[in-house]
Amino acid sequence: MSPAKIIEKALEKGLDIIGITDHNSTRHCKLISKLAATEGIFVLMGAEVTTREEVHCLSFFENDDQLLDFQAYLEAHLPPILNDTKKFGYQVVIDEDEQIIDEIEFLLISALNQSIDQIEQKVHSLGGIFIPAHIDRPSYSITSQLGFIPADLNIDAIEISASCKAESVLPFITKQKDVSIIRNSDAHYEDQIGKVFTTFEMEHRSFDEVKLALHRMLGRNTRIV
Amino acid sequence: MQVKDIIKALELKIFGGNQGLDREITGGYTSDLLSDVMGYAENGKIWITLQTHKNVIAIASLKDLAAVILIKGNDPDPDMLVQAIEEGIPVLGTNEEAFEITGKLFNLLNH
Repeated sequence: MSPAKIIEKALEKGLDIIGITDHNSTRHCKLISKLAATEGIFVLMGAEVTTREEVHCLSFFENDDQLLDFQAYLEAHLPPILNDTKKFGYQVVIDEDEQIIDEIEFLLISALNQSIDQIEQKVHSLGGIFIPAHIDRPSYSITSQLGFIPADLNIDAIEISASCKAESVLPFITKQKDVSIIRNSDAHYEDQIGKVFTTFEMEHRSFDEVKLALHRMLGRNTRIV
Repeated sequence: MQVKDIIKALELKIFGGNQGLDREITGGYTSDLLSDVMGYAENGKIWITLQTHKNVIAIASLKDLAAVILIKGNDPDPDMLVQAIEEGIPVLGTNEEAFEITGKLFNLLNH
């Protein structure tokens, strides 16, 4: 998916906010955020991190400094398993002109050598948002890998996949009864963008407002559509 | 056969949960998916896994498993060990991989 295509599709679908979360990498966030801003789309910048337990979790950050800090953390904890381009394709970083400016050597779908608790703490130490991803899925989800959501895990929301109904995941939530449930397209291809979405009721589009909405504070809210 | 018997036979390390060393073992279950263990492991079995998260103990307790063996030299996470001690579920360790230790346990329990 090229940055221009992502934005074109988001515009077509009428999305006001999109999240950019490559697997274990934040390196396209800044570019897409910049391009999106010219079209009036707000970008939540982050990564879909694979924890040591092989749980996929979404992480989002407000600014470039936090993003860079987290990128360094990802690179420090990604195991040095080389990407086999025949099997997994090329892991390229591109610029505004869609020219390749870098190629990531190590396989990005590997699990980091950090536990879900360690990653959650890192994300929150940077003021970020931490959301276990597609928790209804039978693989790479917090429920498949850990059976249920640990009572003391500090989460800002949980995410369910496109075809999932929120009621079906309630039994997996032990302590965080008030947690917001959001549903996203988890788009890996252009035609999946905007297939499902969650609305955020808030004052304006900003990182802090998104946080407030996820925690249903000051009258803010989220709603699965 | 009790947990303490297999510790000796398989030269396992004991991390904690010693109160449960007299538990009777009915078999083994090897899996790293906690959802799978929650669904299919039967009580009295000894669980072989590389997961070191505290949810391992919650599920071992829920399913009334005899003990947990951590493979490949993995240490339990500190909060996993605290829970294991609280629940009295032995957490054991080996440097071997799942295949080897599972095979040895199978032989031990079936001969």
